[in-house]
Order: sequence, then C-alpha cells, then structure tokens
Amino acid sequence: MNLFDLSLASADVRAASPAQVQLDEQGRLRHFLDIEGLPRSVLTEILDTADHFRGIGDAEVKKVPLLRGRTVANLFFENSTRTRATFELAAKRLSADVLNLDIKTSSAAKGESLMDTLVNLEAMQADAFVVRHGDSGAAHFIASQITPHVAIINAGDGRHAHPTQAMLDMLTIRRHKGEFANLRVAIVGDILHSRVARSQIQALNTLGAAEVRVVAPQTLLPIGVETLGCQVFTELAAGLKDVDVVIMLRLQKERMDGALLPSESEYYRRYGLTRESLAHAHPDAVVMHPGPINRGVEIESAVADGPRSLILDQVTNGIAVRMAVLSMAVSGQMKARAERRGERSRGAGA
Amino acid sequence: MKRSLINARVIDPTNGRNGQYDLHLDGGRLIAIGEAPADFSAEQHDDLAGKLVTPAFIDLGAHLRDPGPRYKGSLVSESAAALAGGYATILPRPDTSPVLDSASHIRTLLDRARDVAGVRLAPLGALTQGLEGDLLANMAALKSAGCVALTNLRQPIRDLGVLRRCLEYARTFDITVVFQAQEAALAGQGCAHEGAIASRLGLAGIPESAETVALTQWLLLIEQTGVRAHVSLLSSARAVELVRDAKARGLDISADVSMAQLHWTDEQLEGFNANFHLEPPLRSAVDRDALRAGVVDGTIDAIVSDHLPHEAAAKSAPFAVSEPGMTSLETMLPLGLALVEAELLSLPRLIETLTFSARRFGLKGGMLEVGEYCDLAVIDMEQEWRVSSETLVSAGHNTPLLGMLLKGRVEEVLLGDTGYV
Repeated sequence: MNLFDLSLASADVRAASPAQVQLDEQGRLRHFLDIEGLPRSVLTEILDTADHFRGIGDAEVKKVPLLRGRTVANLFFENSTRTRATFELAAKRLSADVLNLDIKTSSAAKGESLMDTLVNLEAMQADAFVVRHGDSGAAHFIASQITPHVAIINAGDGRHAHPTQAMLDMLTIRRHKGEFANLRVAIVGDILHSRVARSQIQALNTLGAAEVRVVAPQTLLPIGVETLGCQVFTELAAGLKDVDVVIMLRLQKERMDGALLPSESEYYRRYGLTRESLAHAHPDAVVMHPGPINRGVEIESAVADGPRSLILDQVTNGIAVRMAVLSMAVSGQMKARAERRGERSRGAGA
Repeated sequence: MKRSLINARVIDPTNGRNGQYDLHLDGGRLIAIGEAPADFSAEQHDDLAGKLVTPAFIDLGAHLRDPGPRYKGSLVSESAAALAGGYATILPRPDTSPVLDSASHIRTLLDRARDVAGVRLAPLGALTQGLEGDLLANMAALKSAGCVALTNLRQPIRDLGVLRRCLEYARTFDITVVFQAQEAALAGQGCAHEGAIASRLGLAGIPESAETVALTQWLLLIEQTGVRAHVSLLSSARAVELVRDAKARGLDISADVSMAQLHWTDEQLEGFNANFHLEPPLRSAVDRDALRAGVVDGTIDAIVSDHLPHEAAAKSAPFAVSEPGMTSLETMLPLGLALVEAELLSLPRLIETLTFSARRFGLKGGMLEVGEYCDLAVIDMEQEWRVSSETLVSAGHNTPLLGMLLKGRVEEVLLGDTGYV
C-alpha cells in the first residue's frame, strides 16, 4: 500500500476487520471471535446447527464422531466454571480430545509469556483453542499470532465480546419466541463492563430484532452505547415497557467499590427484576440471565425460578451452541486446508 | 572543510526563505547565501538540484530508553534514528532509569552523548524528584547541568500546592516548564479514547476531560505564577481551544502535537492493532481536524515525534496490556510531507513546526544565519522507501507503518559544530 494513494494523506493501517479474520474466502467460519462482522446467514447456520445438536443431549449415547481425532484446548486465563464446563462437554460430545488449561497468573497472560504459551500449545498440534481472557481483544490477538489452521473460539475477552454466550441466548430466544423480527428485547444491568451485552446487541441487530434496549444507571453505560444499535433507558419501568424478552446481567460486587453504585440495596430497588417490575413487560415476556445469579441484587428469586425464567434452558442451549461453533470452525479449517493441499498437488501435477 | 551546496531548494521559515539558493559553508559555519564571497574557494561542491535543504530538525518529544531499558533503544541506536529522521538535536524526556532529576545524571548523559551519539542532546529534566510529584527537583542545578526545560511528563502532581510551588520556583530561575495535561483520576486505567469505538471494542476509555481538566488547572497556575510554559502532546479539540484562549490572554505558552495525532484517529483501533496504543490516545476525527487547524493557525507551534521505541514483545499482547508508544523519529518527515501533499499544511509551515523548539528553548540551529554554525538536512522529497525492519535504524520497530511505502527521505544531516566532517 502506498501512503500517497490514500485520501487525506492518512494511512489506513488498521488490523484486519473481524469479518476478514473470522471467515475464509468462501465465507466459511474459521474462527469465532466476535459477532461483529458476521453475516446473518452465518449466525442462522450456527443456530440451525445448534438446534440439530440439542437432540444429541437427549440421546442415550451423547456423542457424535464429528471431531474424532481432533484436539480442542481450553485456555482459560480467567476463572470460569460454567463456560469452561460447557465447552468441555461440547467438545467431548463431538468426540474431540480435550485439554484443559487454567492459566490464571496475570504475568503469564501478558506479552511474551502469552506468546510462549501459545507457541507451546501450537506445538502440541491442537486443532482449536477456546480462549477466555481478561483483556479485550485477546482472542483476536491470538488469532493473529498463531498458525492459521487452528480455530480460535472466543469464550469471553475482557469487556469486548462473548459471542457463544450471545448465540446461546439467541437460540433460547428463537426456541421460545420464533423469529426475531417482531421482538423487543431489554438488556438490564452493568452494560459498561459486559462483554455479553455487546455481543447480544450485535447478534440481535444482525438477526433483525425489532428493538434492542439497554437499561442501566448512567455510571454503568458505555459512552456512545447507542451507536451499537440500541435504545438507552436509565429507568427500569420505561425500559421494560412492552418488551418480549428481558435479559438481566450479572453485577460484579467490585462495582460497589469503584464509585459506580452506592449500594446493592439501592441498585436492587431501582434495577432489580422483581415480579412487580416484570409486570411492565409484555405478559408473555421471558426472562434470561447468563449466570451465575446474584439473587436479591439483580433478580428476585421468585422471578429467577419462576415459570417465565429460561435460565436453565440457556445452560442446556450453551452446550449445543458450542458444539455448533466448534464443529463449524474446525471443519471450516479442515476444508480450507484440504483445498490448499488440493491446489498444491494440482500445481505440482501441472 | 569549505563546501558549497548549490542548486537546492532552500526553506528557512525563520528568515522567510523559500527558493533556490546556494549555500557556502566553512567548517560548519554558513559563510554566505547566494553568491560565494570573492575569497571563498570551496573544496567540495555538492550539486543538490531537485533536493530540499532546510535547517535540521529539533525534536521535543523523543524518549531515550538509555539509561534504562536499553533493549528498547540505546543512545547509539536512537541517536542514529534521529539523524536518519533529519534531526540535529533532540530534547530527550527525563523518564529514563534513573530518572533525570539530578545534575549528575544530566552530566553523565551529556558526557556519554558526546562520546557515542551523533545527534546533539538538550535534555529535559524532571520537575519533581523521581517524577513522583511530591518534592521539587533541584531545578537550578539541573539548568546549570544543561537541562533546557523541566517536566513531570504525564506523572501526576496531585497536590496543587506542590504544583504551584514548582511553577513559582521554575519562574525564579527562568526555567521553562513543559507539561502533558492528564488528570490521572479521570484517565483511570484507560487505554483508548473514551468514545463509541472504545465502547464497542470493550476498551477502557480515557475521556477528553482527563486532558482538559488538567490543562485548565495548569493554565490558571501558569497565569498566576507567570512561568514560561509549553504544553506537549495535545490530543483534543477542546484543549486546542483552551491553548488558543490562553495565548490570546497573553500567557507565555507554546504547544505541540505528535505527528500521529495529526494523521490517525481512534478508528484505527478497529482490529486491536497495538501499534496504535498511544498516550494520550488517538481521539476522534473532530479532534484530529482541530489539531490540524491548530497547527495551521499557529495555536500549536510544534509537531513532535513522541518517539518511544519498544522491543517486539511489548506490543505482542492484547491491546490494553501492550505498552503504549510508537517509534517515529524516522517517519516524521514523510508523514509531514503527506500532510503537505494533501494541502493540509504548507511546506514552510511544516519545516517551521519541526524546528520550533530551537527558538523556544534557546538552542542553536533551526535557522540559517550567516556567520553562525548551521545544522542542515538534505531531503529528497520524491524518494520512496518502504518501512521495514531493514530500513529502520531505531531499535524499536513498533510502528503501524511497517510494510508501508512512504515518500520523502532525509539523505543527510550536516552538523555545524562538527565542521561537516
């Protein structure tokens, strides 16, 4: 690229876009880092595939041979019980060999140490890395650094993205509400620090939801959040009015110390989902939460355990969605590799 | 040696020269511009037709990593990078290890520089001891040892009473104070401009108010104390306005901006390219345009490198935990010429901003003065070169321009006090 070819004389030297990184030339998924940049067709394919895999959980033998002989490494630089367990289960149900690594020390998660960890794992010839990391962009960074035929699945990076959580939420919504076109969805809580919310907003918009709302006090709203494609509410009753889906977010206890909120009790009074506040939503509205729940802080137990709660469905759907994403990304890599081999042998033959 | 540089386009903004002139030099001293004196007989004629000759540049914004983490850059490597970028003098910042907060550290640095550095150093000293913001540095001693100004960089001076005393004491000894406006509590752990892009990428933001709140405090105390001051590395439109107002009120203040801020915005953060992790962060297009306008109308006096070389591992990390900074001395000229090419800036104004620090900090150079030693940069405006690990002289290759083809290259820097040998 020549600097002087560019208008305004400013070099556009951005890193590759999320779509460029995640999809191959044929539009097949090769990494799953972010909802951003993925077309509706890919998201729908993930949901359809996950729907298919849900049946495997109900079968007597909960296994298919799709990834037999493949290795999936779970790299968790940050604690997570539920996400890690569902990824492990998903990989095992696909018959993959699974390697679990908890790399919790912060020094190992940075710079050279992170690179050392990656090249060592690469040498173990894993086919996919499932990555959970405390820094935004970590999965993107890893995808840019390692050999291109290892699929990277983002299991949550900093405040940036948690795309499989968003997709399991989409699967849950679709199974209960059908198509997205007429849906109003409210996401309530700590939007500022939530990677889940960012991915959910993007997924809902890509899938064509009628309206996406976020509800939080100003201290828990990122600057310019409306540019993500959502309506912003700071009052719960107004934010929940006539919505079809309410997604509550987990509130981290440390937010109380950061001068973001005065107290749990005040937060619960203003933003907690109770039977009373839920009455503002559509009578058929469903309630979701990525877990784990802070009962009496974000949500009343009667609502969390009530008939409109889909929280346990989300967990079940999480396994199916992760199976779908793992199988699609690893098979995308395999197909791309086979094509490259084919091109090379044709080239040699010629 | 007696030399004549003939047929070059010469730009010397200080003296209003912009045209084809012949320069005649004797032992590094400029003897005549135009016709050679009758008794002058050059030993060497350099025909520089098609080339540009300007006063060599002077940079207020380079971080030397030496003394300190020399694996990031040494006096030798970064001095060579400065020369390759067209600089005769750099004003290194005091955030070395040890911090340049004592006369002995300054003397040691200058002694070493005389031995190993090709470029001239005019260091900035620390305004407070250890840059910790608590105790005044020995300012008069630092000045005597060779510091041309003092700064606390971006390190906070939390106690405004201490800040006031710093400025008063600096005024007492007629020392210029250089400051970078950032209120630490508002910046927090941020690593990107607080805006929609950082929000979407999940990067903690640094609000514009981190700059403007601190700048306002400093400006009020500068006005009160009457100290001569220079605000470095402006990043926001509102800060440009504050400086413009302060100048209009008659404050003895000057300002600079980094070349990166004139080119890029926070949009470059898409994809998490850690080479764009800078302090202050790249801000919005509105901010960038205001910074450009500030350079054009003179509110911003200088364009500086903010040169901060790093080893590869410092940038091989997720964006937020990568180390901020960009190696930039060698790409200043082509990026500046790109602004000229886009008609955002005139060529004489560009040269003026790259040599401004000479006048502000009382340094030699920055202009062509008959009878004086003069440092010159010989520039090929048309030469294209690719930024690569092979072409960069700096130890740091942390630039987003790696792989890019740039136009305009410094061919040579002639240092007057070496007699051009």
